Parts: sequence; C-alpha cells; structure tokens
Amino acid sequence: MERNMEDRGWNPYIAGVLLGILAIASAYATTVWLGKTNYLGASTTFVRAVGFIEQMVSPEGVAANEYFVKTKVKLDWQFMLVVGILLGAFIASLTDRSFKNEMVPPIWKERFGPSGFKRALGAFVGGAIAIVGARMASGCPSGHGLSGMMQLSAGAFIALGMFFLAGIIMASLVYGRRAS
Amino acid sequence: MTTEQIIGLVTGILFGFLLQKGRALRFEKQVGALLLRDMTIVKFMLSAILVGMVGMTLLSNAGVIALSHKSANLGALLVGGALFGIGWALLGFCPGTSLGALGEGRWHALFGIAGMLAGAALYAELYPFFKSTVLAWKDLGKVGLPEMLGVSPWMVIGVFAIFSLSLFTWFEKKNI
Repeated sequence: MERNMEDRGWNPYIAGVLLGILAIASAYATTVWLGKTNYLGASTTFVRAVGFIEQMVSPEGVAANEYFVKTKVKLDWQFMLVVGILLGAFIASLTDRSFKNEMVPPIWKERFGPSGFKRALGAFVGGAIAIVGARMASGCPSGHGLSGMMQLSAGAFIALGMFFLAGIIMASLVYGRRAS
Repeated sequence: MTTEQIIGLVTGILFGFLLQKGRALRFEKQVGALLLRDMTIVKFMLSAILVGMVGMTLLSNAGVIALSHKSANLGALLVGGALFGIGWALLGFCPGTSLGALGEGRWHALFGIAGMLAGAALYAELYPFFKSTVLAWKDLGKVGLPEMLGVSPWMVIGVFAIFSLSLFTWFEKKNI
C-alpha cells in the first residue's frame, strides 16, 4: 500500500488541522495589523502577475482593461502569500529530503507516455482552462475551498462541489479507470 | 517590503510548508483524489475547513474579524466551477499548489503556471463578454449559508462535521 510512511509526510488530518489554525491566525493577524481581514486565496494573483507582464508591453492596454482595473494590479498581501507558498514548499521538501526533480508524473506517464512535451502541453492547456474557471467563479480551492467554506459562504459550497464533480468526471475520462 | 507584504510572505511560507508536509502538492495526490484512489487532499482540506469554520465563526461572533463572502453568483459558480474542475484534472494542480509543486521540484508545474497566466490574460480580455452573459444570470448576493437557510452557523457546522467524519471513516475503511 502506498502510504505516507515511506516518504515521511505528515498525517494529512494533523497537517489539515494545523492549516485550519494558520487560516484563523492569519485572519486575526491581518485584522489587527492591516485593519482588514484577509483570507487565504491564490487565483487573483495570476491576474495581477499577468497584469504586471502586460504593463511592460502596453501600460495603456492594462489601464483601459476593465478587469485589470477592477482587480488592481499590485504587489499585495495575496501576491506575497503565493510567492511564500513556493518558498515554504521548497523549505519543507529540504527538511525531509522529499524534493524531487520531476518532468512527467507517474499517472500521466502511464496514460500518455514519457514525453515531457505532451505533459507540458497538457499542463499549459489545463492551467489556462482552470484559471478562466477560477476567475469566473471568483475563487479557487484556496479562496472558495478553504476560505469560503470556513466562513460558511453559500457560494463556496457550490464552487467546491462543482470543482470536484467536474474534476472527477474529467479525470475519469482522461486517465481512465483502472483497478488499483 | 511593506508590513502587508511581509505578513503575506510569512503566512505563505507557513501555508506552503503545511501543503508540502501534508503531501497535498503532488500531482499523484490531486489526480488520485479525482480518481477516488487516494483521498489525502480531501482529508487535509476537510480537516482544515472544520477547524477553520469553528474559529472563524467564534471570531466573527465576537466581532473580532469581519466575514467577507464572495457573491453566490450561480452562473459564475456553476460554469466557472465546472471549467475549473476540467482544467484541474488536466493540470493536476490548483493555482496555489502549482507554486508549491514547483517549490518541491515538480518542474512541469511551470507550464501550468504559464498556462494560468495566459488564461488570466484571456479572462481579462473576455471579461466584458462574461459579465453580460454567464455572470448576469442569477446572483444570490454575498451571503452565508446559515442566513440563506435561516439557521444557526453551528447547525451548518454540525451537519458538515458529521458529513466529513463519515467520509473520513469511509476513506479509512477503504484505505484510500
């Protein structure tokens, strides 16, 4: 059985409880220090990041775009949070030597072969579709799945349900069902 | 860096650390959950949500923090949620975990991040179209489920806790 023992990961329930505590502490800390309660989220940062990139080519275009204006292209709390996720994961992977160079993950390889190009294409297309969906729904598994659910937001229940429903159907179509 | 940016960065480092330790960043775990073979990320998320629900409700009832609901816009949530699920199954990471996956050496996440940047640019261009179509169908407003149902938050939390614990029991029994 593939379990956490072999890679020395933490029990997912305990890691989850700690993440819940972090989310609460973060809501409290931002309220006290920034005067506004901030909730964990990630997908808006991709809009801001591409806004910065587009500004290098055409500042007027960004200034004239309704969505960029509404979202406000800035290096804010959430932007740094997303940068922090990368750093935190890197540090964690060094503490238990679980950092691993990977170009094609095993489940993908079983279905589509070892081609790094195919995987790159799949990741790119999947990423583009996912972020359009996340921005349309105004949130991703962090914004809706964690923060929205923790606040008992009505929309979060619908969003998280749809993420998994569509994801389960798509995964079964793409990777097929195999006896495990 | 401003105070705001430092707090964000520190919180993000802790967030990424926990995501990595919970093994929630891996393609195998995310697609494994969608294939109903390995429910690690579901255990991780639901545990975090349960603790968070109790904490946020207590802090909000005490007037310490302000809740900030996103709009329960049905068209946006149903269509956007479905699109997200489709893309997520292909990419095998969500927006936050793609950065974390890159941090632990899963280089293919870079192409997902590039795709998400391209998708974000596309969404910004198409926003006026979506605004007059999908986003304009039916918006229930920025509302919490307890107010919508006319029940106490603790009722919703209780039902959700029973649902989650039943799922946990089932996962452990099936060893997934």
